[in-house]
This record gives sequence, C-alpha cells and structure tokens, in this order.
Amino acid sequence: MEKQSDLLLDIQHLHTAYRLQGKFYDAADDVNLTLKRDEILAIVGESGCGKSTIASSVIGLYDHKNTKVTGDILYNELNLVGLNESLFNKIRGEKIGMIFQDPLASLNPLMRVGDQVAETLYYHTNMDEKARHAKVIELFNQVGMPKPNEMYEMYPHELSGGLRQRVVIAMAIACDPEVIIADEPTTALDVTIQAQILDLLEDIQKKSHSGIILITHDLGVVAETADEVAVMYAGQIVEKADVKTIFKHPLHPYTRSLLNSMPQSDDEDEDLHVIHGTVPSLKNMPRQGDRFAARIPWIPASAHEENPQIHEVEPGHFVRCTCWKTFHFENDENVKKQEVEAVSGE
Amino acid sequence: MWKTVLRRLLIMIPQLIILSLLVFLLAKMMPGDPFSGSINPNTDPKQIDALRRAAGLYDPWYVQYGRWVGNLLHGDLGTSYIQHVPVSSLIADRAVNTFWLSLLTTILTYSIAIPLGITAGRHQDQWQDTSVRIFNYITLAIPGFVFYILGLWLFGFTLGWFPISGSVSANASGFWGILGSRLYHMILPAILYALITTTFTVQYLRTGIIDNKVEDYVRTARSKGVPENVVFHKHILRNSLLPIAAFLGNTITGLLSGSMIIETVFSYPGMGKLFIDSIGQRDYTTLTALILIFGILTLIGNLLSDIIMSIIDPRIRIQ
Repeated sequence: MEKQSDLLLDIQHLHTAYRLQGKFYDAADDVNLTLKRDEILAIVGESGCGKSTIASSVIGLYDHKNTKVTGDILYNELNLVGLNESLFNKIRGEKIGMIFQDPLASLNPLMRVGDQVAETLYYHTNMDEKARHAKVIELFNQVGMPKPNEMYEMYPHELSGGLRQRVVIAMAIACDPEVIIADEPTTALDVTIQAQILDLLEDIQKKSHSGIILITHDLGVVAETADEVAVMYAGQIVEKADVKTIFKHPLHPYTRSLLNSMPQSDDEDEDLHVIHGTVPSLKNMPRQGDRFAARIPWIPASAHEENPQIHEVEPGHFVRCTCWKTFHFENDENVKKQEVEAVSGE
Repeated sequence: MWKTVLRRLLIMIPQLIILSLLVFLLAKMMPGDPFSGSINPNTDPKQIDALRRAAGLYDPWYVQYGRWVGNLLHGDLGTSYIQHVPVSSLIADRAVNTFWLSLLTTILTYSIAIPLGITAGRHQDQWQDTSVRIFNYITLAIPGFVFYILGLWLFGFTLGWFPISGSVSANASGFWGILGSRLYHMILPAILYALITTTFTVQYLRTGIIDNKVEDYVRTARSKGVPENVVFHKHILRNSLLPIAAFLGNTITGLLSGSMIIETVFSYPGMGKLFIDSIGQRDYTTLTALILIFGILTLIGNLLSDIIMSIIDPRIRIQ
C-alpha cells in the first residue's frame, strides 16, 4: 500500500461535460487516475480525446456556465470538484501549478515577465516587493535563464520561445507546488528546445518531489520523461501502465496503433502506419460499445465487449475492452491474405 | 521612447509639406479672388488688374506658394474677404470656444463609453449587454444632425432646461459668472455630441473584453490563483483598452475639427460654425486657413495616438 501522503491527486469517476446547444456531452467520461509524489504521469492521445479537459477540471479553470464536472478530484483529501472559487484560488498557483502549450500566448503582452512571475508570489506569500523580486531572480536562475536581472525587465515579445516557456515554468513553480500540470509544454517549441525544457521539468521534479501530469500527444516525450502513462481515447482511458510496459508490451488496439504510427527505424522507405478516420467529435461520440471500434473496422464486432470495462490484465496494467486479445493490424491481414493467395496459387 | 517621438516628428515634416501644397493648389483652383467681390459695373477693369498685379496674383504658382508659406510661418493667415479682419484673430476667438466644447465632449464621451463597454463586455449576451447594444445601434443609426435637433428641441425649446444658442449669455459677469454661463451653454451640445461619439469606443471595448476574456494569458493569470476581479482589471481590461488608446489622439483632434454640425445646430461660435459660415459666404482665405488647421490637427492626432500607444504597449516601442 502507498503511504497516504504519497498520493497527491486521486481522480475518481470524473465526468466533465460541455454544453453544446443546450445539451451536455461528456468530454471526460468516468476517468480514474492517481498521481503520486515523485511521479510523472503522462496522459496521451490524439487531439480531442479529453486530455486537456482533465487538466482544466483539476485546476478548476473551465467555463462554469457551460461545463458540468462530477465525480471526485481529491487533493490531499480535499475535493476540488465544486470547491468555491476563493478557496480554489489558494490552491491554484500555490499547490497546483500549471504550464501551458503556447508560451507567447500564455504571457500577458503588456506586463514585464518578472512582474508576471512576481504576481504569483503576491497572492500566495507574505513577501514584500523586494523579497518577491529576489525570489523571481532566484527562480529565473533555477529555470536556467541567462542574465536574470535583465530578463526581469523584459516583455514577452522580446524573449525567444524557449525563454518564454522558462518564464511560464518559473511562474508555475514559484510557490513550490506539489502538483504541476504541464499541458503540451513542448508542442510549440523547436525540437532542440523541447529536450531542454523536458530536462528542466525532470530536474525540477527531482528537486521538489512534486508530481507532474504531462499532457502530450508526442510519444517521444512520453518515452523520455514519463513514469506512468494513461492512454486516452474519446474521453475514456483505454490503457494505463508504467512507461516500460506501454512501450514494450502495449495491449489496447489504440495504444498499439499510436506506437505503430511512430517512425521506428532509419529506414527511409518505411511506410508509417496511419490510424483510419478521426476522433469522433463530442456530439457524435458513440456512448455505447467500444469507441475505437469504428477505426478498426476489420476487427469483428464480437471481439469487443458490449460495454467495455477497464480490466487489470497484469498487476498495474489496465486495459479497456477485451478486443486486444484478437487485435491485429489491417496490413498484417493483407500480408496473411497474400500469403494464402500465394500458397493457393502454387 | 524619445526616439520614437522624434522619428514620428520627422515623418510629419513631409506630411506637412504635402498637406500645405494640396491646400494651396485646391484654393488656387477655386473660382474668384479677393477682388471678385469688389467688382461692380462701374469698376475700371484696369484698376482691378493693377490691384491683382500688386497682390502678386500674376506671379507663377510656386512664387505665390512660397509667399503664402512664408506668411504662414510668420503667423499670417491672410485677411478675411468678408469680415476684413486678419483670419488668425478670427480663428483664435473661435478656437477657444471649440477647444472647451471638445474637451468637455471628450471627457463625457469616455465617461459614458467606458462604463458601457465594460458592462457589455462583462455581461456578454445578458440583458445589460443587449441594452448597451440597442443604445449603440440607435446612436450609430441616427444621423448627428437629427439627433442634435431633437435634443435641442426637447431640452432647449420644450423643457427649457438649457440655452439654445451661443456660448455665453450677454448679462453674465465676473469670472465665475462667465465660467458658469459658458459651461451652461456647453452642456447640452457636449452631451449630445458625446452620446453620438461613444458608439465606436463602446463597440471596441466590448469586443476587446470578449476577445481577451478567453485569451491564454488570462487563463494563466487564473491558474496563478489571481482573484477574478483582479484578473479582469489588471489583465483583461488593460489589453482591451489598447484599441481605444490607439484612437484617443485622433478622437481628441477629430472632435476639434468635426464639430461643424453641432456648432451649426446650436449656433455655437466655434471653428466648425466658422467653417460652415465661410463656405456659405465664399470666404476663401478663412476656408483655406481652416482646412490647413484641420489637416494639421489630424496629423497631430495621429502623432498623439502613436505616442500614447508607445507608452502603454511595449511591443510598439522602437529600440
């Protein structure tokens, strides 16, 4: 058993529904996740799978009129679902820090970056202006910004993408939060900068012993940084395991398709696997049966569970539905067919 | 900062030259000259001819232009054909009236428009927003002169709350008496003028707030635990005021030169009324001078806007 204090976030039966033309549709459908101290939990999936929905539900930043969140998000036994705003403002920035995708858009263009970081400190500490300034300089040093004193006075447009993201990270870690949510933190950055930012995140996590939720669609990022991986499809978690298992022994068809669509070798002639179709939109999402079934039509319906559940197939490895047992790629089937034809032709 | 201003001032020099050339050439193309009005059947054409030659009207246009600009630089705008007084003194008297009317109008415009825009933006699609939008469509749709005449008729004639013409009453005396009387004469035209002018400010502010509300940096501010009202004033509102600040300079000088209709309706002795009167009386020297002044005001308005923008938006400053 885990010690209670090691469990930072316990998300139970989370449903987040958005209102579209008067009706609510679940964008996150019965999500169960836990985040422990010293852990990087990656949430992976295509766009529109509900990854960011989980992030905004945890940090309570959603349009309250058009969003309905039910279930439990326990942070140290405090339920964040339905928490009143003034209490939530104490948690945000102080206990839970957030890093966003586009570092230029996530900084106020009219404010000095140093002041934007200091703003977090203003609301969560008793520091005076001088102490806040000193702390910001310290944070800038920590996130590897050159000439922190000069950087303090800069405006976002004067910084490069990598530096901006470092400012955003400095903002998120200003109060040593226990939970850091990084929503596609490297997507908008150059490949060379991506690695630096990921290293920085790992470094911060090691020092502060916080837990990080890393939302990404980049499996390379996952392989490099994550400890635990949750694969999401159409609002549901379809597979969850530690990072080694996911990459060495993936089971769910969606996970396997995702991994298969990654370039595997230096072979220039290699054809990348393409997952047919797209993630169904929120309104058209199938609410019954296996949601991924439509994108693997060559798998017979009988292979899917009628109401797919999460099963623990081995300790710590969870998979939704039973279709993984008979799943194979379409190309394999073609290969088989060709083989059969070749044999029968002879 | 100062480099930006200096650079903008340097850009203004060619603009001023082009403006003065245009005004001069257009004035030259207008029919008639200072002596056309003095001709009657008994006038000896030779005498008129001599007068024209003495006034330099037979010189090449560039010589005349040079003389005109030279006079301008010495503050000499010529003499009014009709009133036979120096145009500069004619305009100076009126400019003071227009200045005060414009100042009051500007203050009223922003004190009406900014709260309305904020209300509409904050309560998007709620009844507050709908009311502001209806008000906006009405003030946008009604032509100024109809609105002014209705206001004049209702509050001036029918209710008798405000004076219906002039800038100061004849029997006002003492500093405070005259100041009070001036204000009293300005209030109704200023309010009516301001109401018509608010439309764009309200609309820009409303749209700005609605757009900025969903910007990523606002979400970032919220994720830091910044209370919602601070998020609004410090992050959303400041960014939403940018387009309004961009028009601030033009609005101020625009009111100075754009008050022709309101001044005419209220018989308010300002530059706008002078302009309309000069057109009616073919007072070309006055007209030319006024057009030149209005042009310069527009240039100054642009300059002011640029300076204001460079103060509040760091992205615009030139390194």
